[in-house]
Amino acid sequence: MNSGANPIATLVWTFGLMSLFAVGGANAAIPEMHRIAVDIQHWLTDKQFADIYAISQLSPGPNVLIVTLIGYSVAGIAGALAATLAMCGPTAMLAYGVSRFLARSSQSRWPATIQAALVPLSIGLMGASGLILAQAADRTWVAVLMTAAAAALAFATRLNPFWMLLAGGLLGFAGVV
Amino acid sequence: MPPDSRTGAVPAPDIAAAHLPNRPGLAELFLAFAKMSLAGFGGVLVWARRAIVEQHRWMTAEEFNETYALCHFLPGPNVVNLSVVFGSRFRGIAGGIAAFAGLLLPPMALMTILGALYVRYGEIDVLRRILAGVSCAAVGLAIAVVFRMMMPLIRKRDVIGLGLMVAVFIAIGLLRLPLAAVLLAATPLSLAINFIMRRRASP
Repeated sequence: MNSGANPIATLVWTFGLMSLFAVGGANAAIPEMHRIAVDIQHWLTDKQFADIYAISQLSPGPNVLIVTLIGYSVAGIAGALAATLAMCGPTAMLAYGVSRFLARSSQSRWPATIQAALVPLSIGLMGASGLILAQAADRTWVAVLMTAAAAALAFATRLNPFWMLLAGGLLGFAGVV
Repeated sequence: MPPDSRTGAVPAPDIAAAHLPNRPGLAELFLAFAKMSLAGFGGVLVWARRAIVEQHRWMTAEEFNETYALCHFLPGPNVVNLSVVFGSRFRGIAGGIAAFAGLLLPPMALMTILGALYVRYGEIDVLRRILAGVSCAAVGLAIAVVFRMMMPLIRKRDVIGLGLMVAVFIAIGLLRLPLAAVLLAATPLSLAINFIMRRRASP
């Protein structure tokens, strides 16, 4: 909002470019979203970023829809639409093109090699997401403990994540955090 | 739901998707993806697999895995890529757009409403506390996914993979370097290492 240029154009340019580097899905791009939305453009505060991440996890749909919320807070409904389409459109077209190409060419094994090379990078990116989100959300030791407990439970059990979000919300409501 | 009531895993020969009994139309694609999207709390993939492979039998499990692998290694949100690749496979570009729109429009409308509520009421104390608690748990879930994905690398004792992973983590998480710069350096490096290792493994 406080950048001089047209905010819609900034959103489209920012997320369109970002999507091309979002290897490993939307959660791998969280650090970059945080860097741009909080540190560079000052669209959101650290706390607000943690909040909208929580909202995006609470509601159904692909994880990428956190960009809808960023876009909305920058430029209302038009911003929400622009950010979402910019984040999803170009890579969707790329995926369409590549799948058509692969369907025509003979089944080659090169995607397996490329995938093996990209997997460690996307895990590193998602780890960085976890760190940045934890720094934004966990301001007290109790909060850190809750995050650790949720991580341990989700790692060790097949409990539906929604119950853990609900438990977090109830603990927050009770004033524990 | 589908008329055929085959149960369990039929040893499927490697057939193209077009030969499967069910071929979705445009409205069906839109509705199916809207449904799986709205069912998908914390990730749509599980529901996508359930609907496409088990419920509608539009793809075999192998075809689904292959399609998903492709969408995972391409940049961008994986499930969104999957919707376009899947839809276009049955009904061309229009099918891709139908699946894409079904996946994104309904939850996007919902998200916009939540965003509006947050902008208006986000400073109310009760909401602040609830959101603070939810975000603690949500961050924990994100961290758990990282550890789950890391396990195969640890099991395989993939030292190089783990090293690259840690390097990316430090560059992005601690040094806060721009994503593009880090990936432009790390991707060619990782590709080169993997190609060399493959060549050595199979002379």
